[in-house]
Amino acid sequence: MAIKARHKRFVLIGIGLALVGLAAMLILNAFQSNMVFFYTPTQVEKGEVPKGTSFRIGGLVVPGSLKRGDDGLTVRFAITDTSKTVPVIYKGVLPDLFKEGKGVVAQGKVGDNGVFTASEVLAKHDENYMPPEAAEALKRAQAQSKTLIMPK
Amino acid sequence: MKINWFKYSSPQTFYPLAEKMIPWFAWLAAILAVAGLYISFVMAPTDFQQGEAYRIIFVHVPAAWMSMVIYIVMAAWAGLGLALNARLSAMMAQALAPTGAIFTLLALVTGSLWGKPMWGAWWVWDARLTSELILLFLYLGFIALQSSIDDPRRADRAGALLALVGVVNVPIIYFSVKWWNTLHQGSSINMGAAPKMAATMLLGMLLMALAFWMYTVAVALMRVRCIMLERERSADWVKALSLGAKS
Repeated sequence: MAIKARHKRFVLIGIGLALVGLAAMLILNAFQSNMVFFYTPTQVEKGEVPKGTSFRIGGLVVPGSLKRGDDGLTVRFAITDTSKTVPVIYKGVLPDLFKEGKGVVAQGKVGDNGVFTASEVLAKHDENYMPPEAAEALKRAQAQSKTLIMPK
Repeated sequence: MKINWFKYSSPQTFYPLAEKMIPWFAWLAAILAVAGLYISFVMAPTDFQQGEAYRIIFVHVPAAWMSMVIYIVMAAWAGLGLALNARLSAMMAQALAPTGAIFTLLALVTGSLWGKPMWGAWWVWDARLTSELILLFLYLGFIALQSSIDDPRRADRAGALLALVGVVNVPIIYFSVKWWNTLHQGSSINMGAAPKMAATMLLGMLLMALAFWMYTVAVALMRVRCIMLERERSADWVKALSLGAKS
């Protein structure tokens, strides 16, 4: 059977798409380290972050760590990825979704004292959407299961 | 029985078929949009952390979905046109591009309006937002390239090449929140997992997505009819059509 011109074109397009896909994969792989929007506190601890320039760290705000300064603008809190924690100082307005125990991304630099001085704080929220009553019930259930495990 | 798949692949037979299909899709779009908007803005409960601002998802998420789906469909039509040398396929690709671009812009703008109060920034250069912006440029590039070449056949071929190369970007957009750390949250709806949102919210969002689908089909058909007339203006069937309209 003779190969029709249109079949040949289909094959050529297929090969072309595969090559473009492969190229994109290689490029993205090469840029992997530059594609991260933020670093985790563990990476900060290990020194895997750019030195001298500002970068972003992301994680959860440690519950109970949020302290407001006397001027009402300076805030201190800690960001954790549940294994390592980085203290942060920030002067400015926090976004609506900023809450203890919730996700946060802060841009800034690490000082010599190990404190991260943020110039911008962004809230990173999760993909869960539910009415407040459901969230309340979930919280209660979690608290209950904790008290069930805790007693010794 | 052998079905003649190519019967409607000629503009002459597709033109009246499209005319018959448009009202159906347009009405479906209108009904679904009314139902979707009612559920989204009246029935759906307030979110536990974002309050009322979360209602952006009823427009933002369907628009973002459509921006990706339309691109894939457009590229498929363009590729088909390239391989089969089919006129109508290329016209379909051309008809879909503006709607795709509008949905991309809508997703970007609504996301930005939501991002300022919720994240604290209008725009961030994370992988999801950047790749969606590239999608907008791909649409605009496709439209610009096609309209900058006078010969429609060559315009189709050049456009198809651009559309096909750009397809790589779609999985990058979709999986960007999985592959990299992004400020944009992950998807609430995944295959094989329970959706991470309340049922009414989900229903509103899906109805809006369906409404956008129907709207896209209706508008693309309307546009492709114009393109058919314009491109085939010297063909006999268009001449007969215009004569029939006059008499």
